[in-house]
Amino acid sequence: MPDKSSQSPLAAGLLDIESLDRSEIELILDRARFFQPLPNETYRRMESLRGKTIVNLFFEASTRTRVSFEIAAKRLGADTISIAAQQSSVSKGESLVDTLNTLVAMRPNAVVMRHAASGAPHFLARHLQIPIVNAGDGTHEHPTQGLLDALTILDRRKSLENLRVAIIGDIAHSRVARSDIHLLSKFGAEIVLCGPPSLVPSELAELAPGIRIAYDMKEAIRDVDVIMMLRVQLERQHEAPMAAGEYFRFFGLQLEHLALARPEVIVMHPGPINRGRELSSDVADSQRSAILNQVENGVAVRMAVLERILG
Amino acid sequence: MKSLLITGGRVIDPASKFDAPADVLIRDGKVEAVGQGLTADGVPVLNAAGCIVAPGFIDMHVHLREPGIEHAETIETGARAAAAGGFTSICCMPNTSPVNDSATVTSYIVQRAREVAVVNVFPIGAITKGSKGEELAAIGSMREAGIVAISDDGRPVMNARVMRRAMEQARSLNIPVIDHCEDLNLSAGGDMHEGAESVRLGLRGIPSASEDVMVARDLLLAELTGAWFHVAHLSTQRSMAMVAFAKTRGIKVSCEVTPHHFAITDRELCAYDSNYKMKPPLRRSRDVEAIIEGICNGTVDAIATDHAPHPGDEKMQEFERCPFGITGLETAIGLTLSELVHPGHITAGRMVELFTTGPANVLRLDRGTLKPGAPGDVTVFDLTGEWTFDVSQSQSKSRNSPFSGRRFTGGPVATVTGGGIVWQRE
Repeated sequence: MPDKSSQSPLAAGLLDIESLDRSEIELILDRARFFQPLPNETYRRMESLRGKTIVNLFFEASTRTRVSFEIAAKRLGADTISIAAQQSSVSKGESLVDTLNTLVAMRPNAVVMRHAASGAPHFLARHLQIPIVNAGDGTHEHPTQGLLDALTILDRRKSLENLRVAIIGDIAHSRVARSDIHLLSKFGAEIVLCGPPSLVPSELAELAPGIRIAYDMKEAIRDVDVIMMLRVQLERQHEAPMAAGEYFRFFGLQLEHLALARPEVIVMHPGPINRGRELSSDVADSQRSAILNQVENGVAVRMAVLERILG
Repeated sequence: MKSLLITGGRVIDPASKFDAPADVLIRDGKVEAVGQGLTADGVPVLNAAGCIVAPGFIDMHVHLREPGIEHAETIETGARAAAAGGFTSICCMPNTSPVNDSATVTSYIVQRAREVAVVNVFPIGAITKGSKGEELAAIGSMREAGIVAISDDGRPVMNARVMRRAMEQARSLNIPVIDHCEDLNLSAGGDMHEGAESVRLGLRGIPSASEDVMVARDLLLAELTGAWFHVAHLSTQRSMAMVAFAKTRGIKVSCEVTPHHFAITDRELCAYDSNYKMKPPLRRSRDVEAIIEGICNGTVDAIATDHAPHPGDEKMQEFERCPFGITGLETAIGLTLSELVHPGHITAGRMVELFTTGPANVLRLDRGTLKPGAPGDVTVFDLTGEWTFDVSQSQSKSRNSPFSGRRFTGGPVATVTGGGIVWQRE
């Protein structure tokens, strides 16, 4: 059981992976494993957050993350309210701070927030007392995705120590990549980042220890334990990174690539996947693919995070 | 017309190469004498013992927001902030609403300043109509109405041909062209310096090259036209090197730097705090080093604040939605002392140059000296007094400063314009 006597580093919320230390990550992952259901079992219903109210505030469209947070909260006995920005007073010109102040006045216990602006939850955390869980901020971080990716790797590997990981695609605009990189680097991973040059700026190598950059797919994948594909985020790109139609040819994951990696390589993707753009259908549906496990593990990880913050 | 006797200070007047203990007598708004043991019956006395007495400081890059954006600043409040920061003259950029692109707006600013401003206000006119970068503004008429330079500041002229024509006219009018050097295509969408920090924070970057390519373009156009080109808020190592090179080639170029660009790097900013968001952005430590070197070796002509007030609600937003700019009038002397003078990079005399003869030469202002007959503008500051900047007490209407709470050693003590004390430290 998590230690409730001392103040958790997460008492103020979860804004990013970068500022978490390794032991805190291990604590969350251990607890998440406890929450994982056995095969053919559904999630257990717990009461540890009974009487707590969690507001899910999504300023950007999301299905899997929002539903996953809702289910996680409900499994722990909390009450949840989900608000999509389109329905909120944001569309009436209210500022972000005023929107949050209004919600906080109704005394929820935590806010889970997704926002298109990098740093929006960090900005709010400076001005509000309530714990904020970052469910993705712009092109910065998506900490619970990083945690669920780690849990998914742990389902198939004994430990996160010294893994070789390739992250492929639009790294510059990916909040998932940043959270994964920070997390895996804390466990000593060797990380290869690969994609079109304008989407993989060389400064990414300074993000954390152990990062290498490659612009050739085959070189990136050689002998890796994990391949993380990223969605091509057309909505965040402001210009085409390369000629249309060349992306899949040079940076799409195809079945023959897998032979270059280690035999038990894990293929991951944060979803939603674009078959034929980032990866071929046969890769997505192969034995090596852990894409649906990632979705499943989202609930367990978010239960662990919410409990750590509010329990 | 006021008179004042400032006694007991150390007078530094770079224009007359004077640095010694002396009194300064101002009579009827003009400097009458500088020397020891001056007396004047019936003239009020300001005791400046332990302080430096310098010609009135000039800030050649300020945004006063009037007309049109008075909820952020007015000529009156901006001038009061200037006085509290030790400035006796300020030059206001044309990005008001309407833009200062006509003699009418220039005359309004001049007139309004005469009525309400406690310091001298010199307007800078727009280069193009509405600062849209297309058609030249009424530069000649604005010159007659009182502008001292032209600039489209934050909306730089992207069309090199338009810039060439502007430089040709500016040359004929004997005024400098001040350019905020930024290639808007390279910087589009950027919120901070492009580098490891912007990548880490997931913010879009403004590359150094967006400044450098425009400095290069304007240097070539200045050479072509013979105009005086002044680089506003120079922030990069390469731009500094180009300006230094151009000066050796005899191109008429000058440049200013801001205190925040030599005081903070992109690694020291507080993440997602819009009080650290400005253009050009805070750069790398090697850029800061190059700026300080340029200040030491004479490449830099002036320190200017780029005082850019924005009301709190506009700065209390998601970082990428916040406007660019911070206030700077009241912290400029403190930062220059703590970052440049106290560490031994420059002397107090060089500091005074950067705030007086430097900008006065660029703008051909008959100011910035304590020679007899000069305007009775004096800045009194000290090198040792401990004080803390509290932005909530600022004279500016806006509160967007990253330096609130910062401890300073030395700062403005009294500000005198035309022989009248317009501000004094409590």
